[in-house]
Amino acid sequence: MAPTVMHSQTEENNAPIPRQPGVWGWFNRRTGLDALLRTALYEPIPGGARLAYVFGSGLLFIFISQVVTGVFLALYYVPSADHAHTTVAYITKSVTAGSFLRSLHAYGASAMIVVLLLHLSQTYIYGAYKGRRELLWLSGCLLFALVLGMAFTGYLLPWDQRSYFATAVGTNAASEIPWIGESLKRMMRGGTEMGTLTISRFFVAHVFLIPAFIFALVASHIFLFRKAGAAGPSTENPYEPEQKLELFYPRQVLMDLSLTALLIIGLGLLCFFAPMQLGPPANSADAQYIPRPEWYYLPIFQWLKYWHGAASIVGILMIPTVLVLAIVALPFLDRSVERRPWKRPVAMGAYAFVLFALVGLGLRSQYVDKHDAGVAQQLAKQRSEEEEYMHKPFEPELSSASLTAANVALADPLAAKGKTIFEAQSCNACHGDGGVGTAAAPALVGIAAKIPPGQLAQFFEHPTPKMTAGGMPPIDLPADDLKALIAYVESLK
Amino acid sequence: MCGCATDSDGASQKSAAPPSVENRRSFLAALLGVGSALVGGLLSVPLIRFALFPLLRRTTEVKSSPAGGMTEFSALTEPAMRTIQIELVDGWRKTVSEKAVYVTTDKDGQLRVLTSVCPHLGCTVPWNKEKNQFICPCHGATFTKDGSRVSGPSLRGMDTLESSVQDGQLLVRFQYFRQLVSDKEVIG
Repeated sequence: MAPTVMHSQTEENNAPIPRQPGVWGWFNRRTGLDALLRTALYEPIPGGARLAYVFGSGLLFIFISQVVTGVFLALYYVPSADHAHTTVAYITKSVTAGSFLRSLHAYGASAMIVVLLLHLSQTYIYGAYKGRRELLWLSGCLLFALVLGMAFTGYLLPWDQRSYFATAVGTNAASEIPWIGESLKRMMRGGTEMGTLTISRFFVAHVFLIPAFIFALVASHIFLFRKAGAAGPSTENPYEPEQKLELFYPRQVLMDLSLTALLIIGLGLLCFFAPMQLGPPANSADAQYIPRPEWYYLPIFQWLKYWHGAASIVGILMIPTVLVLAIVALPFLDRSVERRPWKRPVAMGAYAFVLFALVGLGLRSQYVDKHDAGVAQQLAKQRSEEEEYMHKPFEPELSSASLTAANVALADPLAAKGKTIFEAQSCNACHGDGGVGTAAAPALVGIAAKIPPGQLAQFFEHPTPKMTAGGMPPIDLPADDLKALIAYVESLK
Repeated sequence: MCGCATDSDGASQKSAAPPSVENRRSFLAALLGVGSALVGGLLSVPLIRFALFPLLRRTTEVKSSPAGGMTEFSALTEPAMRTIQIELVDGWRKTVSEKAVYVTTDKDGQLRVLTSVCPHLGCTVPWNKEKNQFICPCHGATFTKDGSRVSGPSLRGMDTLESSVQDGQLLVRFQYFRQLVSDKEVIG
């Protein structure tokens, strides 16, 4: 069914494009889009299309979805400690389709990691990193790290209890790294504590820095993949493919699109029927909150629990470093041409070991939480608080300009009395309600900072010629009332 | 999308593939193109609704503020000043401020609510009991009890505010109006 091609296919792709009529022809002669599409679609796959090869395209689809939903979420999101949670609550509770899009973005992050692990596993098991594919593998490793970075930085942005405390733990864990840990933590947090500077940093990393690197690395990853050529099945020679070639289009395209369709349907149903929760706003004073990271960080979270004191240098620095280096350097360490998994017992054993260790650590963490009555109870309470918060209607944030003068006046009885005098004497007629100023007279807000104490009374009783010219009459009040009026005017900030 | 796939398909496969295969693959390309366009269209529905939310719903509004019980205004002999709390909702934030309004009666004895902001330059206009007039302290504009212009630099009478009665409460919707013009014109 699928046509087979010889290696001359590449030459054919580079042949001059026949002159095509119409608008498409005109467009094509100027862009060469046709040749580009042909290059994209007629990628030869040794041994033919397979379902095992679908994960790369799946990742590309999720990445695009994350970019698009992320850009749209930024229409309403504000990255600062005092607005972040309100704006996410607004997206979730008020904006049309907001809960759906936010869920798509949040669950998309998890889906990304699942598909990434599948992509990595397929590459590893099929020995597809062999045969001049070192740089391809390296760019993949970097992309993996960047995706984990995206998940880590994005998680904080809603600034609810869950995300705040998980990030507090995450950044604290970084400080466990010997020598540079403390500086690293402060670098990430923008200070010693978590705060609004932390949000700014995480936001910049999440929205500008890491995506820029991901775009560049996705491009290089695809370029290097095309340069090396598809590796094909594990029975294929990694350097000189010998098996029958099948083009990427149509069969592999259809398989890749099936995964995409599956992802769309799966994520769509999940987001529609079980939208992502948003908890109450972060409260750093909540001493009872038990932080738990997202599922993909659970193994690391559990692992860190086992290492304390002097031993931590082994568990937190040496073992992870060796593991990461071994993974990154894999194509340099494993130089054999053999790709069949059953002929690579060491590689497969190592894979199984790491996989079981990660799954085991993750499950262990869940198990420990379930079997500690106090922890289980608190975690259940936290979940129910989230549920409760989700059911409350959206409450707009009270802007800082709201009634500050009135609030100050309420707190100080003398100023409160002054406020009534301010209104009774029609001061507000020219200086505006709350002393905000009008066309007729300047604002009084912040005047306490400009005029030395004591001088205000003098101005009230004996206005300067400039004040008189502007229409300010001298104030003739009993001493107590004048004192109250001054207290009120000085409280205007 | 589908058109280009078909073109490239035909161009590169002309010599290799028999016509029936070519037709079948053109059809597949068209199907994929149409399918992708449909799915893409479907996926963009929530995005468009999300972005158009401020167009289709009110995201900024001034909430009506209670100005007191109706019984307080049953036998008004002169304008009664009330300080109302104005809640201005602006997307995900709201600003609460205070403003003085006057509850008064028009010529037919119907309740009418006036803003205290002078239509001349925005000073707060007090009620002058002795002269039975509103007199602006800034530039001397005067208005009758129902807010009609009498004299002074103002080009129009004091501005009335929308009001309604709910559960025996007088509700007022505060607004600002353009100054220095003869016709009442809402700002913002």
